[in-house]
Amino acid sequence: MSDDILLHMKNIVIDGFSDESWHEIIKGVDLTLKRGEVLGLIGESGAGKSTLGLAAMGYGRPGIRLTAGEIWFDGQDLMTASEADKQSLRGARIAYVAQSAAAAFNPAHRLIDQTIEATLSHGVKTSAEAAEDAKSLYAAMDLPDPENIGFRYPHQVSGGQLQRAMTAMAMSARPDLIIFDEPTTALDVTTQVNVLAAMREAVDRFNTAAIYITHDLAVVAQMADRIKVLRYGEEVEEAETQEMLSNPKHPYTKSLWAVRSIEKPAETSDDYVLEIKNVTAAYGSVPVLHDVSIAVPRGKTLAVVGESGSGKSTTARVITGLLPPTEGDVLFNGAPLPAALKGRSKDQLQRIQMIYQMADTAMNPRHTVRETIGRPVEFYLGLRGSAVDQRVSELLAMIELDDSFLDRLPGELSGGQKQRVCIARALAAEPEVIICDEVTSALDQVVQEGILKLLMKLQRDLGVTYIFITHDIATVQAISDEIVVMWMGKVVEQGIKDEIMQPPYPEYTELLLSSVPTMDPGWLKGAAAARKAMSIAEETGKA
Amino acid sequence: MHPILTTVLQRLALGLLTLFFVSVIIFSSIEFLPGDFTQAVLGQTATEETVAAFRRELGLDQPAIVRYFDWIGALAQGDLGTSFSGRASSGVDRSRPVVDLVGPRLENTLFLASMTAIVAVPLALTLGILAALYRGSIFDRMVNAVTLTTIAMPEFLVAYILILLLASLNPIFPSLANITEDTPFWERVYRCALPSMTLTLVIVAHMMRMTRAAIINLLASPYIEMARLKGLSPRKVILTHALPNAWAPIANVVAFNLAYLVVGVVVVEVVFVYPGVGQLMVDAVTTRDIPVVQACALIFAGTYIVLNLIADIISIVTNPRLLHPR
Repeated sequence: MSDDILLHMKNIVIDGFSDESWHEIIKGVDLTLKRGEVLGLIGESGAGKSTLGLAAMGYGRPGIRLTAGEIWFDGQDLMTASEADKQSLRGARIAYVAQSAAAAFNPAHRLIDQTIEATLSHGVKTSAEAAEDAKSLYAAMDLPDPENIGFRYPHQVSGGQLQRAMTAMAMSARPDLIIFDEPTTALDVTTQVNVLAAMREAVDRFNTAAIYITHDLAVVAQMADRIKVLRYGEEVEEAETQEMLSNPKHPYTKSLWAVRSIEKPAETSDDYVLEIKNVTAAYGSVPVLHDVSIAVPRGKTLAVVGESGSGKSTTARVITGLLPPTEGDVLFNGAPLPAALKGRSKDQLQRIQMIYQMADTAMNPRHTVRETIGRPVEFYLGLRGSAVDQRVSELLAMIELDDSFLDRLPGELSGGQKQRVCIARALAAEPEVIICDEVTSALDQVVQEGILKLLMKLQRDLGVTYIFITHDIATVQAISDEIVVMWMGKVVEQGIKDEIMQPPYPEYTELLLSSVPTMDPGWLKGAAAARKAMSIAEETGKA
Repeated sequence: MHPILTTVLQRLALGLLTLFFVSVIIFSSIEFLPGDFTQAVLGQTATEETVAAFRRELGLDQPAIVRYFDWIGALAQGDLGTSFSGRASSGVDRSRPVVDLVGPRLENTLFLASMTAIVAVPLALTLGILAALYRGSIFDRMVNAVTLTTIAMPEFLVAYILILLLASLNPIFPSLANITEDTPFWERVYRCALPSMTLTLVIVAHMMRMTRAAIINLLASPYIEMARLKGLSPRKVILTHALPNAWAPIANVVAFNLAYLVVGVVVVEVVFVYPGVGQLMVDAVTTRDIPVVQACALIFAGTYIVLNLIADIISIVTNPRLLHPR
């Protein structure tokens, strides 16, 4: 074996325990990594990416067993190594960066103690050296106040900062290999850029090899030298990043791009079904929305974009009456709606329906599909007996499911099917407006495409209006007619898609749009540099 | 003011409020007890005049509300009142202040409780941590089986088995724990060995199982996986990463069991003829010695409130989100 090969996984088979028996979830995958190289592992959820990544550390989560194959790390087979040998590698020579930094940091200890913990327990450095080094790593990761931030507790810093601190933690012992397990998936898009840039720079600086696990092709294009695509526990294809981006061979790899291929010409109308006028709202004494005005054109799709905390979902709660505004009105077909849910008539309730992000929790786990969809049919339309069944069947046909689904419970449906049933439930009330709150963000890319196409078809057939709340610019591009950009509880701008997506932009829209990773592998450098310049300009401006 | 101090003061105020409500409940439930002290002492043959005179002497002729405020007012000044017994109508007042009756008994109860707690709490925590660490092992299953057995047995049975094994068959410890104020310290410890062992066996199971469950509950957290992937030893993972986050539930169950040691041990006291508060209260209820019953009930309530307050404070100070606000 050549000397510069750091990790060589041969014919790995991994079993997972579910439904009271063992199933193969990784079916004979090979993986080779050179020193200092970054390999991107991509695939949908359930493809086995994280399982394979953790196997590179010789680790299987509870309910996972490494069944066959060899894991050669620097001349040692982790498949046969003793637990003590593996322990001495983990944290010292192989480190792990988890998806949710907020959950992966122990809430009871200060950041710096956790950062240097592995380094100390493996005896790599003395306490004082490690602490000094941690501070310089914090500085390298662009954390504010690197001298002192380590003495804070995890809940005292933001999610983006935690993710950087975790990378610093992984770097502390200067490992040869870092496993990044979807490290930016939980972050807002504008935060993600900076974290990605800091990670990339750290990996380059210490010449650390890395396995970068993600489902986002654009992100992996920035981070990886080589990309391996996984599906159902098997390798689909592997190639150099450039090659993979410009010339994907396998149809599955091509389909990962699918959502970006939906195109819809933007149309608009002056006939507004719903108007939000100068709405100000607060949770208790905490103001969340400031003078928000949005007009929703009839029969079109209005996308509300913004990061977490921008007030998108709060706007939805005001429209539905869950959160009465302190000031302002919501006009429906020109007439003001009662502010609170309680004050609204059944007819008003029927006209506005909602679909939620987590189809899982939005459905009663003990209700069959028939009951879930039949309930609003009975409640709003007053149908009884066989008329209900007939209507439910029609609705199922609309969401492209057949009658065999009628008696299934939510647990017996896939994520995409659940979301379809939730769509049918909303349609059952025959509403004029459907509020879609991040309805595709919990779904895999290919499934997302199906849901979005379904929503568009239903709009053509039924003329229903969508308010589509999302943080995903690609989705917005795909289906919206008009766009509202929100930031910190205010509307930054509203307009037709083509106008909003073309320059000139207001400052925040520019930041948001430019933060969305593109497939161009050079994008990250440019975007990060631009941001640095911006923040420096801002600081000097302040000074 | 530090937010923690504010919270603690709030809890303290709430505790006092609870104690006040409890005093109302104690007082009114005693009002509902059938019969009264005068009849109990004078017997059924007593004339109505004698009963009325005796009632007047004890102040029982006053309306309940007046008596309540007399009692609570005196209590606020640290006066628990005077026992009814010994104040028979013979003319000679041989009655004793409640403090003198309850004080030594309370001391005995606290002695037995502390002696048990000093052994039981560390033992339960250690067993719980070890059981969590070696989850599923033979050790874990054995500890679980043994503790479940002891918790399932009625405490008097545990007591008699211990007497049989350690006093009758192998005379190591005395079967009676009759101590007086003059008993020297180590002699007390020796005589209390069996009751203390009985109580230990009774309370360890609960605390140990809760400690184990609280820790195992945390073992699925991502930060525990992270600690494992940092190559820390299983022992370190449990002690430095799981345990610090498990104190709140553990403190609660410990407080609950310590309170039990003070207020719930009358059966054990009876078996070993131990002069504790439990027996005193039972005797006082039988003789309708209301001031003593009230004092005991109040002490029991106070014990619960104080121990729960301490458990609350422990949950607060071990929660970094409260201890170190943003």
